[in-house]
Amino acid sequence: MAPGVGKTSAMLQAARKEQAEGVDIVVGCVNTHGSPDTNLLLVGLEQLAGRNGRLAVDALDAMNLDAALARAPRILLVDDLAQSNAAGARHVKRYQDVLELLDAGIDIYTTVNVQHFESRADAVRQITGIEVTQRIPDSLLDLADEIELIDLTPAALRKRLAEGKVHAPEGAEVAGNTFFRIGNLMALREMALRLTAEHVDHQLQDYMEVKRIAGPWKSGERLMVAVSPSPFSEEVIRWTRRMAYNLEAPWFAASIETSTRLTAAQREMLTKNLELVRTLGGEVVTAAGEDIVAGLLRLAQQRNATQIIVGRPLHTRLRDWLHGGSLVERLIQAGGTTDIYVVSGQKEATTRAPRPPFAITQSHSTWQDYGWAFVIVTCVTALLLAADLTVPWITYQAVGLISLLAVLLIAVYLGRGPALLAASASAVSWNYLFMHPRFTFAIAALEDIILFLLYFAIALFAGTLTARLRTRERQAQHNADRTTALYTLAHETATAVNMDDVLRTAVEQIGRVFDADVAIMLTHAGKLAKNVHPSSTLTVGDRDTGVATWTFENNRPAGRHTATLPQASAQFRPLSTPGRTVGVLGVRTRQPGRLSFDQEVLLETFTSQVALVIERELLDEAAEQAVMLRESERLYTTLLNSISHELRTPIATIAGAASSMLDPNTALNSTSRTELAVEIESAAERLNRLVENLLDMSRLDAGRLQLKVEWCDISDVAGVALRRLQGEIAGRPLTVVIEPAIPLVKMDFVLMEQVLVNLLDNACSYTPADSALDITAAAEGEWVRLDISDRGPGIPAHALERIFEKFYRVPGTAAGGTGLGLSICRGLVEAHGGTLTVQPRAGGGTTFSIRLPVSSPPPPVKEATL
Amino acid sequence: MTEGPHILIVDDEIQIRRFLRISLEANDYRVFEADSGDNALAQAVLHRPDVIILDMNLPDMSGVEVLRRLREWTTTPVVMLSVRAADLDKVSALDAGADDYLTKPFSTVELLARLRVALRHMTPQTPEPVLTFGDVQIDLARRLVTRGGEAVKLTPTEYALLRLLAQHPGRVLTHRQILSEVWGPQYVDELHYLRVYFGQLRQKLESNPALPKLIVTEPGVGYRLIAD
Repeated sequence: MAPGVGKTSAMLQAARKEQAEGVDIVVGCVNTHGSPDTNLLLVGLEQLAGRNGRLAVDALDAMNLDAALARAPRILLVDDLAQSNAAGARHVKRYQDVLELLDAGIDIYTTVNVQHFESRADAVRQITGIEVTQRIPDSLLDLADEIELIDLTPAALRKRLAEGKVHAPEGAEVAGNTFFRIGNLMALREMALRLTAEHVDHQLQDYMEVKRIAGPWKSGERLMVAVSPSPFSEEVIRWTRRMAYNLEAPWFAASIETSTRLTAAQREMLTKNLELVRTLGGEVVTAAGEDIVAGLLRLAQQRNATQIIVGRPLHTRLRDWLHGGSLVERLIQAGGTTDIYVVSGQKEATTRAPRPPFAITQSHSTWQDYGWAFVIVTCVTALLLAADLTVPWITYQAVGLISLLAVLLIAVYLGRGPALLAASASAVSWNYLFMHPRFTFAIAALEDIILFLLYFAIALFAGTLTARLRTRERQAQHNADRTTALYTLAHETATAVNMDDVLRTAVEQIGRVFDADVAIMLTHAGKLAKNVHPSSTLTVGDRDTGVATWTFENNRPAGRHTATLPQASAQFRPLSTPGRTVGVLGVRTRQPGRLSFDQEVLLETFTSQVALVIERELLDEAAEQAVMLRESERLYTTLLNSISHELRTPIATIAGAASSMLDPNTALNSTSRTELAVEIESAAERLNRLVENLLDMSRLDAGRLQLKVEWCDISDVAGVALRRLQGEIAGRPLTVVIEPAIPLVKMDFVLMEQVLVNLLDNACSYTPADSALDITAAAEGEWVRLDISDRGPGIPAHALERIFEKFYRVPGTAAGGTGLGLSICRGLVEAHGGTLTVQPRAGGGTTFSIRLPVSSPPPPVKEATL
Repeated sequence: MTEGPHILIVDDEIQIRRFLRISLEANDYRVFEADSGDNALAQAVLHRPDVIILDMNLPDMSGVEVLRRLREWTTTPVVMLSVRAADLDKVSALDAGADDYLTKPFSTVELLARLRVALRHMTPQTPEPVLTFGDVQIDLARRLVTRGGEAVKLTPTEYALLRLLAQHPGRVLTHRQILSEVWGPQYVDELHYLRVYFGQLRQKLESNPALPKLIVTEPGVGYRLIAD
């Protein structure tokens, strides 16, 4: 209700009760004002150390938020919710601390006086005449599970004041004279009671709804408040918020941009008003248009607003008449079924924001512009005077029209004010210098008087119109720029091929549009990555990284020009999509001031656009991975099926042969023992080849194959492969024909040897044991070609190309083999930039051809100096 | 000496150690075993083996590291055991002073041959003026090479290569070792020199150059002159 009613004591008593029941409860900060009774209540309660290490009993000592988050008690006591934090704290206001604590799952006991609520601030000022500076959003009240009113009759409170139980005694004297008047206290008491009643009423309604009790008819109302750069808008906004709360209706604020240019002060007022809307939990909708009434009604219709709230205008009836009726009247006429509420503003409020002296011109034309206008008129007049004196057929009518042209040009380039100045100056000089009688202000003929008046009227009218057109054009240009910027961002990011591309584009676009350094930080394993993305133009120091992390974790903007951690060097905004936060955008504008409301809105749009694109990329990546995973699972299954047989055969051979050797009868026979040992050896070799193939396959598949290319002699490679297969080839007619002048080729010796071994081994396995094998190698232009040919039964035509597929085996071939060998061979040859093909051989059999590119001749060879 | 050569087997796989012990003891070796790098270094000091079989992959340190520490105080021949596709390891082991290597799986015959070469290398030999490999004879004193009794004309570089390999019969020499020895240390990367000159040597000395029997290429590692 008011200071001194005993809020802190009541809170501490409640806390002691909880503690007695075993609840984990901690005092975050408390303001005892040195009262011994209150201090006594603190005894036995755990208290957090303040930011400077002392116990947080002094209100000015901001609560140690990090300590509170780390301690994470069940309930935390935070006295004086409306208090501002000391400089250097994370948040500007204490209620922001409380919001963060609530988000962290900590319940809060807190105290607040009724006059601190945003929506009551005007009423309090009207009643008590005191401006309340510490304000908190009404939405906090909605967050409260329980509200307990600490009520005291005004008389009792004044008695406590007199006894010195409120504040320090010397403060009480001063305070008692102003704030603690009986009338004020009664008003505050009523306000507190009413606020509590409203809230209880809501709780009751919620309860009835949950229990499905048919209650009073719920309004389907939606409120729209018109916000202008006027200082009264603030009151109108608060009024709307109160009404919306009482009606339990959603509300939003509408702002119409017209071609009328705002002064810096008006712009700031508008930004402030719209910020208030957001603080009170409303949404801001802006639209551009020349006619405010039409714009408001259009927005109301689009958004289904049932009630429009406007402030009562303060300008004169004359101006209303000039503008075709007052805004309110026209709104009521055109509004149809929409209810229109007109809220009156406070007269005194005007003194708070005096109109700037040149606001009347409603333009940003500077003194220089007026100067230029004057110079141009003077020059044109001087030229015309010179022409008039030398050229006889130039009449004063022609002079007037030429001057008129100059006025129009001034209107286009310099604005309305300079145009009016030019119109007046040229009219006067026209009269003085050119009209008869010349060099007097007198006008002789009646028609000249009419001409002069007409000139004046046309100059004023055309000048104003042209200037307005020009302004409107600029406005349109401005809107178009915004749309173009947004379109460019959307388009460029949409066409970007990967995440890096997207981020680079986003950083470029945002940096260009806002003239800022930009950083993007993405997530890594659910946390914000410590490093900015490489495309960023803004470097983020350690301290700012902390701010970015806070933004990420709380999904709220922080840093420069915000209410949270404002001392940071850049502003950080969460890149959030409806589902999650995908990262943080850091922006540091090169201009020192804060962004205008317009730009803020645009940046907000940019941010969400970038967030969406990032999420799209993330989803793409995830989808790609899922596909890869599925594919590899399929391969895995095929592989298992295929090789389990291949693995079992040699293992069975080895195990069987070994156990036979252990058998005493077989062991005595040295011939069978040798035969068994040979079996074991060949089975082991088969196993070894299988394992090598599998390893090669996995290296090829994983893309981890690294070629160790070196100059190699093809005949050398063939020789090594043949040597390895000595046993298999023995007994076959083998011819090796390698062109003597064949060039050295760059390749990985070991892998190419593996290819030849696989191909030769295949040839040995699938052709009769005494059939011929031929190896030929020759240079073919830019290529070196090596053929391995057999005289076997050949491969059926339909299977020729398929034999290089993984796990494919020609139907009807003997058991043994995984269908991996040829696929590996082709993979290895292609890794060298070559080709591996197969064709039937003339006269029966099959030829496998390897072609490898000859990159460049090797450097010359040098004799050793011995 | 009634007792055969002492040999230290270093491998963390007990099955490998056991099979090597059986094969080697059957061939009159006195076998000691170690299952880790630290253990190997301790055993080497304790038993002073004549030859060491050292696995590339040990649980506590790499085989190359063990080799490096051994080489700080002993020239005992070391034969490395490796797996295929670890050419770089093999080469670095050979360059670090290993005498030879064997790729798993290997046969006992191969192992015994390598061990013989390694041991022979250790026993001091009076340099023989004439070396014979199959039908090829090299007369080091007269710088004369004959094949089947007929003189073979070699360029000085070819002769230098052949002599280098012949001085380490049966042992693998890495590309770097050969290039550094014959051309000089600044030529160690000019692998294509070797491809060209060994191609020419084979043309002159091998009965079938496509299936060399005398000068064998060790893929990715180097060359070896077959002794028997």
